Amino acid sequence: MDAITLIGAMSALAAGLCIAIGGLGSGIGEGNAAAAALQAMAQQPDEAPTITRTLFVAMAMIESTAIYSFVITVLLLYFNPFWNYAIEVAGK
Amino acid sequence: MIENLDTLIIFQIWMFPINATLFYTWIVMALLAGGSWLITRRLKTGLYVSRWQTALEMIVMGVRKQIYEVSNDNPAKYLPIIGTFFLFIGLSNLLTIIPIFKAPTSSLSTTAAFALCVFLAMPFYGIRNAGFIGYLKKYIDPTPIMLPMNILSDFSSMFSLAFRLYGNVLSGAIIGSVLITLAPFLLPLPMQILGLLTGTIQAYIFALLAIVYISAVSPETKYIDKFQNDKYIN
Repeated sequence: MDAITLIGAMSALAAGLCIAIGGLGSGIGEGNAAAAALQAMAQQPDEAPTITRTLFVAMAMIESTAIYSFVITVLLLYFNPFWNYAIEVAGK
Repeated sequence: MIENLDTLIIFQIWMFPINATLFYTWIVMALLAGGSWLITRRLKTGLYVSRWQTALEMIVMGVRKQIYEVSNDNPAKYLPIIGTFFLFIGLSNLLTIIPIFKAPTSSLSTTAAFALCVFLAMPFYGIRNAGFIGYLKKYIDPTPIMLPMNILSDFSSMFSLAFRLYGNVLSGAIIGSVLITLAPFLLPLPMQILGLLTGTIQAYIFALLAIVYISAVSPETKYIDKFQNDKYIN
Protein backbone atom coordinates (compact mmCIF):
# COMPACT_ATOMS: atom_id res chain seq x y z
CA MET A 1 0.00 0.00 0.00
CA ASP A 2 1.57 3.27 -1.04
CA ALA A 3 1.34 6.54 0.81
CA ILE A 4 -1.48 8.10 -1.21
CA THR A 5 -3.81 5.10 -0.78
CA LEU A 6 -3.05 5.01 2.94
CA ILE A 7 -3.73 8.74 3.32
CA GLY A 8 -6.99 8.49 1.39
CA ALA A 9 -8.26 5.50 3.35
CA MET A 10 -7.25 6.92 6.71
CA SER A 11 -8.79 10.32 5.89
CA ALA A 12 -12.13 8.73 5.02
CA LEU A 13 -12.06 6.63 8.18
CA ALA A 14 -11.04 9.62 10.32
CA ALA A 15 -13.76 11.80 8.79
CA GLY A 16 -16.43 9.22 9.56
CA LEU A 17 -15.20 8.67 13.11
CA CYS A 18 -14.87 12.42 13.69
CA ILE A 19 -18.48 13.30 12.86
CA ALA A 20 -19.77 10.12 14.54
CA ILE A 21 -18.10 10.66 17.90
CA GLY A 22 -18.52 14.43 17.83
CA GLY A 23 -22.20 14.14 16.95
CA LEU A 24 -22.74 11.44 19.58
CA GLY A 25 -21.48 13.54 22.47
CA SER A 26 -23.27 16.65 21.34
CA GLY A 27 -26.50 14.70 20.76
CA ILE A 28 -26.48 13.26 24.28
CA GLY A 29 -25.77 16.69 25.73
CA GLU A 30 -28.56 18.38 23.78
CA GLY A 31 -30.96 15.61 24.75
CA ASN A 32 -30.19 16.14 28.42
CA ALA A 33 -30.64 19.90 28.06
CA ALA A 34 -33.97 19.52 26.25
CA ALA A 35 -35.23 16.99 28.81
CA ALA A 36 -34.37 19.28 31.69
CA ALA A 37 -35.98 22.26 29.96
CA LEU A 38 -39.18 20.33 29.24
CA GLN A 39 -39.36 19.23 32.86
CA ALA A 40 -38.88 22.81 34.02
CA MET A 41 -41.56 24.03 31.60
CA ALA A 42 -43.99 21.36 32.82
CA GLN A 43 -43.44 22.49 36.39
CA GLN A 44 -43.58 26.21 35.69
CA PRO A 45 -45.48 26.95 32.47
CA ASP A 46 -45.43 30.69 33.22
CA GLU A 47 -41.66 30.78 32.85
CA ALA A 48 -41.76 29.07 29.44
CA PRO A 49 -40.45 32.06 27.37
CA THR A 50 -37.43 32.56 29.63
CA ILE A 51 -36.68 28.83 29.73
CA THR A 52 -37.00 28.53 25.95
CA ARG A 53 -34.62 31.41 25.35
CA THR A 54 -32.06 30.06 27.81
CA LEU A 55 -32.48 26.63 26.21
CA PHE A 56 -31.66 28.06 22.78
CA VAL A 57 -28.49 29.70 24.06
CA ALA A 58 -27.47 26.52 25.89
CA MET A 59 -28.23 24.37 22.83
CA ALA A 60 -26.09 26.64 20.67
CA MET A 61 -23.21 26.35 23.14
CA ILE A 62 -23.51 22.56 23.34
CA GLU A 63 -23.86 22.30 19.59
CA SER A 64 -20.58 24.08 18.92
CA THR A 65 -18.54 20.92 19.64
CA ALA A 66 -20.53 19.11 16.95
CA ILE A 67 -19.95 22.05 14.61
CA TYR A 68 -16.20 21.79 15.24
CA SER A 69 -16.22 18.10 14.29
CA PHE A 70 -18.34 18.90 11.23
CA VAL A 71 -15.77 21.45 10.13
CA ILE A 72 -12.94 18.95 10.59
CA THR A 73 -14.92 16.36 8.63
CA VAL A 74 -15.54 18.74 5.75
CA LEU A 75 -11.87 19.68 5.83
CA LEU A 76 -10.81 16.03 5.66
CA LEU A 77 -13.25 15.13 2.89
CA TYR A 78 -13.03 18.10 0.56
CA PHE A 79 -9.95 20.19 1.38
CA ASN A 80 -7.67 17.46 2.73
CA PRO A 81 -4.24 19.06 3.39
CA PHE A 82 -2.42 15.69 3.76
CA TRP A 83 -3.83 14.44 0.48
CA ASN A 84 -2.87 17.63 -1.32
CA TYR A 85 0.64 17.40 0.14
CA ALA A 86 1.02 13.77 -0.96
CA ILE A 87 -0.19 14.60 -4.48
CA GLU A 88 2.25 17.50 -4.61
CA VAL A 89 5.17 15.31 -3.49
CA ALA A 90 4.21 12.54 -5.91
CA GLY A 91 3.97 15.03 -8.76
CA LYS A 92 7.60 16.10 -8.38
CA MET B 1 -20.77 19.00 -3.98
CA ILE B 2 -19.59 21.94 -1.92
CA GLU B 3 -19.80 25.01 -4.10
CA ASN B 4 -17.32 27.64 -3.13
CA LEU B 5 -19.34 30.81 -3.55
CA ASP B 6 -16.23 32.94 -3.18
CA THR B 7 -14.60 31.65 -6.34
CA LEU B 8 -17.78 31.59 -8.41
CA ILE B 9 -17.59 34.76 -10.48
CA ILE B 10 -20.98 36.09 -11.60
CA PHE B 11 -19.91 39.15 -13.61
CA GLN B 12 -17.27 41.85 -13.67
CA ILE B 13 -17.51 45.58 -13.10
CA TRP B 14 -14.57 47.05 -14.99
CA MET B 15 -11.82 44.86 -13.60
CA PHE B 16 -13.37 43.98 -10.25
CA PRO B 17 -14.78 40.45 -10.35
CA ILE B 18 -18.05 40.15 -8.43
CA ASN B 19 -18.30 36.73 -6.85
CA ALA B 20 -21.48 34.88 -5.90
CA THR B 21 -21.25 35.73 -2.19
CA LEU B 22 -21.15 39.44 -2.92
CA PHE B 23 -23.86 39.21 -5.58
CA TYR B 24 -26.40 37.37 -3.40
CA THR B 25 -25.54 39.57 -0.42
CA TRP B 26 -26.43 42.59 -2.54
CA ILE B 27 -29.73 40.97 -3.54
CA VAL B 28 -30.69 40.42 0.10
CA MET B 29 -29.55 43.94 0.98
CA ALA B 30 -31.62 45.40 -1.86
CA LEU B 31 -34.69 43.42 -0.79
CA LEU B 32 -34.37 44.53 2.84
CA ALA B 33 -33.58 48.16 2.14
CA GLY B 34 -36.06 48.52 -0.72
CA GLY B 35 -38.84 46.78 1.18
CA SER B 36 -38.29 48.88 4.29
CA TRP B 37 -38.19 52.05 2.21
CA LEU B 38 -41.44 51.18 0.44
CA ILE B 39 -43.22 50.38 3.70
CA THR B 40 -41.95 53.31 5.76
CA ARG B 41 -42.69 55.83 3.00
CA ARG B 42 -46.26 56.32 4.19
CA LEU B 43 -46.29 55.68 7.93
CA LYS B 44 -49.55 56.37 9.64
CA THR B 45 -50.74 56.63 13.21
CA GLY B 46 -54.24 55.91 14.36
CA LEU B 47 -56.56 52.97 14.17
CA TYR B 48 -56.17 52.02 10.53
CA VAL B 49 -52.62 51.30 9.41
CA SER B 50 -51.50 49.25 6.45
CA ARG B 51 -50.81 45.54 6.78
CA TRP B 52 -47.16 45.96 5.90
CA GLN B 53 -46.68 48.59 8.56
CA THR B 54 -48.22 46.26 11.13
CA ALA B 55 -45.87 43.47 10.07
CA LEU B 56 -42.83 45.72 10.32
CA GLU B 57 -43.94 47.05 13.71
CA MET B 58 -44.37 43.49 14.95
CA ILE B 59 -40.83 42.57 13.90
CA VAL B 60 -39.28 45.65 15.47
CA MET B 61 -41.30 45.27 18.68
CA GLY B 62 -40.37 41.59 18.90
CA VAL B 63 -36.67 42.28 18.49
CA ARG B 64 -36.82 45.12 21.03
CA LYS B 65 -38.58 42.89 23.55
CA GLN B 66 -36.06 40.06 23.14
CA ILE B 67 -33.12 42.46 23.44
CA TYR B 68 -34.63 44.01 26.55
CA GLU B 69 -35.28 40.67 28.21
CA VAL B 70 -31.73 39.45 27.62
CA SER B 71 -29.76 42.63 28.29
CA ASN B 72 -32.03 44.40 30.85
CA ASP B 73 -31.05 47.63 29.17
CA ASN B 74 -32.41 50.19 26.76
CA PRO B 75 -33.00 48.16 23.57
CA ALA B 76 -32.66 51.20 21.30
CA LYS B 77 -28.91 51.03 21.93
CA TYR B 78 -28.53 47.52 20.50
CA LEU B 79 -31.44 47.47 18.04
CA PRO B 80 -29.54 48.54 14.89
CA ILE B 81 -26.87 45.83 14.97
CA ILE B 82 -28.95 42.98 16.42
CA GLY B 83 -31.99 43.69 14.24
CA THR B 84 -29.81 43.82 11.15
CA PHE B 85 -28.22 40.47 11.98
CA PHE B 86 -31.61 38.86 12.56
CA LEU B 87 -33.29 40.24 9.44
CA PHE B 88 -30.36 39.64 7.12
CA ILE B 89 -29.63 36.07 8.22
CA GLY B 90 -33.32 35.22 8.44
CA LEU B 91 -34.13 36.53 4.98
CA SER B 92 -31.10 34.97 3.31
CA ASN B 93 -31.85 31.61 4.94
CA LEU B 94 -35.52 31.77 3.94
CA LEU B 95 -34.70 32.68 0.34
CA THR B 96 -32.90 29.34 -0.14
CA ILE B 97 -36.23 27.80 -1.24
CA ILE B 98 -35.84 29.78 -4.46
CA PRO B 99 -33.88 27.25 -6.56
CA ILE B 100 -31.33 29.56 -8.18
CA PHE B 101 -30.67 31.49 -5.01
CA LYS B 102 -27.59 30.56 -2.99
CA ALA B 103 -27.69 31.82 0.57
CA PRO B 104 -24.78 34.16 1.27
CA THR B 105 -24.70 32.69 4.79
CA SER B 106 -23.46 29.38 3.34
CA SER B 107 -20.14 31.10 2.60
CA LEU B 108 -17.58 31.23 5.37
CA SER B 109 -16.48 34.75 4.46
CA THR B 110 -19.96 36.17 5.20
CA THR B 111 -20.30 34.47 8.55
CA ALA B 112 -16.72 35.33 9.49
CA ALA B 113 -17.48 38.98 8.69
CA PHE B 114 -20.57 38.83 10.94
CA ALA B 115 -18.51 37.32 13.76
CA LEU B 116 -15.90 40.04 13.26
CA CYS B 117 -18.65 42.67 13.59
CA VAL B 118 -19.73 41.12 16.90
CA PHE B 119 -16.10 40.91 17.98
CA LEU B 120 -15.66 44.66 17.36
CA ALA B 121 -19.03 45.53 18.87
CA MET B 122 -18.12 43.82 22.15
CA PRO B 123 -15.48 46.38 23.27
CA PHE B 124 -17.48 49.22 21.68
CA TYR B 125 -20.63 48.63 23.71
CA GLY B 126 -18.64 47.45 26.72
CA ILE B 127 -16.66 50.68 26.92
CA ARG B 128 -19.80 52.69 26.21
CA ASN B 129 -21.63 50.93 29.03
CA ALA B 130 -19.03 50.69 31.77
CA GLY B 131 -16.07 52.83 30.73
CA PHE B 132 -12.62 51.66 29.70
CA ILE B 133 -11.57 50.40 33.15
CA GLY B 134 -14.94 48.80 33.73
CA TYR B 135 -14.65 46.98 30.43
CA LEU B 136 -11.14 45.67 31.19
CA LYS B 137 -12.40 44.38 34.53
CA LYS B 138 -14.33 41.77 32.55
CA TYR B 139 -11.08 39.98 31.81
CA ILE B 140 -10.07 39.51 35.44
CA ASP B 141 -13.61 38.76 36.47
CA PRO B 142 -13.42 36.08 39.16
CA THR B 143 -9.64 36.23 39.72
CA PRO B 144 -6.70 37.51 37.66
CA ILE B 145 -5.66 33.86 37.18
CA MET B 146 -8.50 33.53 34.69
CA LEU B 147 -7.07 36.25 32.43
CA PRO B 148 -5.75 33.95 29.65
CA MET B 149 -8.95 31.90 29.75
CA ASN B 150 -11.14 34.99 29.40
CA ILE B 151 -9.14 36.27 26.45
CA LEU B 152 -9.22 32.83 24.83
CA SER B 153 -12.97 32.50 25.35
CA ASP B 154 -13.55 35.73 23.43
CA PHE B 155 -11.80 34.32 20.39
CA SER B 156 -13.30 30.83 20.62
CA SER B 157 -16.82 32.21 20.99
CA MET B 158 -16.39 34.29 17.85
CA PHE B 159 -14.96 31.25 16.07
CA SER B 160 -17.93 29.11 17.02
CA LEU B 161 -20.35 31.93 16.13
CA ALA B 162 -19.01 32.01 12.58
CA PHE B 163 -18.77 28.24 12.15
CA ARG B 164 -22.17 27.49 13.67
CA LEU B 165 -24.06 29.54 11.10
CA TYR B 166 -21.82 28.38 8.25
CA GLY B 167 -22.04 24.72 9.25
CA ASN B 168 -25.79 24.70 9.71
CA VAL B 169 -26.65 26.43 6.44
CA LEU B 170 -24.01 24.47 4.51
CA SER B 171 -25.07 21.09 5.94
CA GLY B 172 -28.63 21.83 4.84
CA ALA B 173 -27.38 22.50 1.32
CA ILE B 174 -25.22 19.33 1.32
CA ILE B 175 -28.08 17.13 2.55
CA GLY B 176 -30.31 18.60 -0.16
CA SER B 177 -27.78 17.90 -2.92
CA VAL B 178 -27.08 14.35 -1.65
CA LEU B 179 -30.77 13.47 -1.49
CA ILE B 180 -31.48 14.96 -4.90
CA THR B 181 -29.04 12.45 -6.43
CA LEU B 182 -30.68 9.57 -4.52
CA ALA B 183 -34.36 10.31 -5.09
CA PRO B 184 -35.15 13.50 -6.98
CA PHE B 185 -38.22 15.66 -6.28
CA LEU B 186 -39.68 13.64 -3.42
CA LEU B 187 -37.02 13.10 -0.78
CA PRO B 188 -35.40 16.57 -0.72
CA LEU B 189 -38.75 18.28 -0.09
CA PRO B 190 -39.12 17.50 3.64
CA MET B 191 -35.47 18.43 4.18
CA GLN B 192 -36.07 21.76 2.45
CA ILE B 193 -39.03 22.45 4.75
CA LEU B 194 -36.85 21.49 7.72
CA GLY B 195 -34.24 23.85 6.30
CA LEU B 196 -36.69 26.76 6.55
CA LEU B 197 -37.23 25.98 10.23
CA THR B 198 -33.55 25.59 11.07
CA GLY B 199 -32.71 28.70 9.02
CA THR B 200 -35.08 30.82 11.08
CA ILE B 201 -33.85 29.28 14.33
CA GLN B 202 -30.23 29.92 13.31
CA ALA B 203 -31.02 33.59 12.64
CA TYR B 204 -32.66 33.79 16.08
CA ILE B 205 -29.74 32.02 17.76
CA PHE B 206 -27.16 34.23 16.05
CA ALA B 207 -28.96 37.41 17.12
CA LEU B 208 -29.48 36.03 20.63
CA LEU B 209 -25.83 35.02 21.10
CA ALA B 210 -24.70 38.36 19.66
CA ILE B 211 -26.77 40.27 22.20
CA VAL B 212 -25.55 37.98 25.00
CA TYR B 213 -21.91 38.63 24.05
CA ILE B 214 -22.36 42.35 23.36
CA SER B 215 -24.29 43.16 26.52
CA ALA B 216 -22.01 41.03 28.73
CA VAL B 217 -20.56 44.21 30.23
CA SER B 218 -23.66 46.05 31.35
CA PRO B 219 -23.91 49.45 33.01
CA GLU B 220 -23.99 49.44 36.79
CA THR B 221 -27.59 49.71 37.92
CA LYS B 222 -28.34 50.35 41.55
CA TYR B 223 -31.96 49.47 41.16
CA ILE B 224 -34.31 48.53 38.37
CA ASP B 225 -37.15 50.95 37.87
CA LYS B 226 -40.07 48.84 36.68
CA PHE B 227 -41.92 51.67 34.99
CA GLN B 228 -38.77 52.98 33.39
CA ASN B 229 -38.15 49.56 31.89
CA ASP B 230 -41.72 49.07 30.74
CA LYS B 231 -41.29 52.25 28.76
CA TYR B 232 -38.57 50.59 26.68
CA ILE B 233 -40.63 47.75 25.29
CA ASN B 234 -43.98 49.49 24.84
